[in-house]
Amino acid sequence: MKSIRTALSGWVEERVDLSGVKEFIQHKSVPKNRHSVWYYFGGVTLFLFIVQVISGILLLFYYRPGADTAFESIRFLMTKVQFGWLMRSVHSWSANLMVLAAAVHMFSVYLTKAYRKPREVTWVSGMLLFFLSLAFGFSGYLLPWNELAFFATKVGTDIAGSVPLVGEPIMQLLRGGPDVGGATLSRFFGFHVALFPAIFTVLLTIHLLLVQKQGMSSPIGAAEHGEEKSMPFFPNFVLRDLLLWLIVLNILAILAVFFPWELGVKADPFAPAPAGILPEWYFLFMFQILKLLPAHIWFIEGEVFGILFFGVAGLLWVLVPFWDRASQRGQNNRLITYLGIFVIVFILFFTILGWVM
Amino acid sequence: MADPAPSEGRRRTLKTLLGTGATALGAAIVYPIVAYLKPPEVTGEQVTSVLVGKVEDFAPGSGTLFRFGNKPGILLRFPNGSFKAFTATCTHLDCTVQYREDMGLIWCACHNGKYDLNGKNIEGPPPRPLDPFEVVVKGDEVHVTQT
Repeated sequence: MKSIRTALSGWVEERVDLSGVKEFIQHKSVPKNRHSVWYYFGGVTLFLFIVQVISGILLLFYYRPGADTAFESIRFLMTKVQFGWLMRSVHSWSANLMVLAAAVHMFSVYLTKAYRKPREVTWVSGMLLFFLSLAFGFSGYLLPWNELAFFATKVGTDIAGSVPLVGEPIMQLLRGGPDVGGATLSRFFGFHVALFPAIFTVLLTIHLLLVQKQGMSSPIGAAEHGEEKSMPFFPNFVLRDLLLWLIVLNILAILAVFFPWELGVKADPFAPAPAGILPEWYFLFMFQILKLLPAHIWFIEGEVFGILFFGVAGLLWVLVPFWDRASQRGQNNRLITYLGIFVIVFILFFTILGWVM
Repeated sequence: MADPAPSEGRRRTLKTLLGTGATALGAAIVYPIVAYLKPPEVTGEQVTSVLVGKVEDFAPGSGTLFRFGNKPGILLRFPNGSFKAFTATCTHLDCTVQYREDMGLIWCACHNGKYDLNGKNIEGPPPRPLDPFEVVVKGDEVHVTQT
């Protein structure tokens, strides 16, 4: 066995010089400090993305896009195809866990200010990946063509349509016409399985290359606290990573098997929106705020105000490495920490309110 | 020694030509893609009036959704037997509204928007009233037409 491996690696090395890669892996280390636990969440997000790609490809073998076929094909998949229910359940649960893992990763990077120089581009590429994950969730939600998804898409695309000036053409581009219908489903299918994966792959490559090149960020002041320890990336960190992936796979399996994702009722464009309609949990805080905003604030419509507010807040969040000067200088910027905690509490509060109201 | 001026001029001309060519090539690629993504206007028959049903199909004190072209509408029948109809698309974020007998009003489930039975937005986020239709009863048939 060993001789085959040696022969194989010899064969490759005669053709490609891998000494640089080997050298890099041997010398790469990961900082060890009291915040080290957060380093694993990027890896968990990556693992769940891999699960999404595999389960998504498997779903494509049976899914048929189209207003007359989508719902029926998923029903067929879930009732007739062996383990079809499991594939769909894994894909849906993994999507939700991926958004959760990405959110934990994002907030931990924010609170430890790991976005500061030289990692500004890593942060921005990570934020774009996060928004793209939400777009994946939103576009994938419509594909089974059920009642909840139909109205969620109506609301979501109408929100895009309320943006001043560019809103209307964007809404038409998303819907493929003035209303949500078969044309919207075709477009969302194209976004979900072709356009978004292509952009995601490019961004993910940039993000991972930067992480590898720059290494993990040590928290501000770690050196003064005497925390300047490190562990080898291979095998110490990699094995810990893999163990966590295994744990996440088990959690995913438990959720997918014991709480299988339901299909619901087929979308009917001429039926009223069902009572108790809620979006996916990661959009719930925005949904709840849009619900609470009055019809008009000053001279603008409440929904437009809400959308502009989220737009500006999101942009400031993405650009934090460029305006948080104190962290750039290596000072502990408490204002940023308090702002981050406020954002987390704000989101949690309105999410819970959305559930109970 | 050769004068550098003609070569500089030639370089500038070539740069301009190349830049213009590249811009034109970019536009020739981008424009058809943008135009392609813009969905065409559907030139179907413009619906101005629909037959919703017979008078006896609608119980007094009820609300029924109907198709008006490719949009939903809502027909209300009052206890005195009279009718009113509105577009059933919520003016807030495009959900389809419904008649709530227990509340005595038109309600949108998505963001808890409320309209009175004249289609006026009275509570919650809807910014405008529902657009009204005209209801015409011909014999025992109920027709809804655009106002």
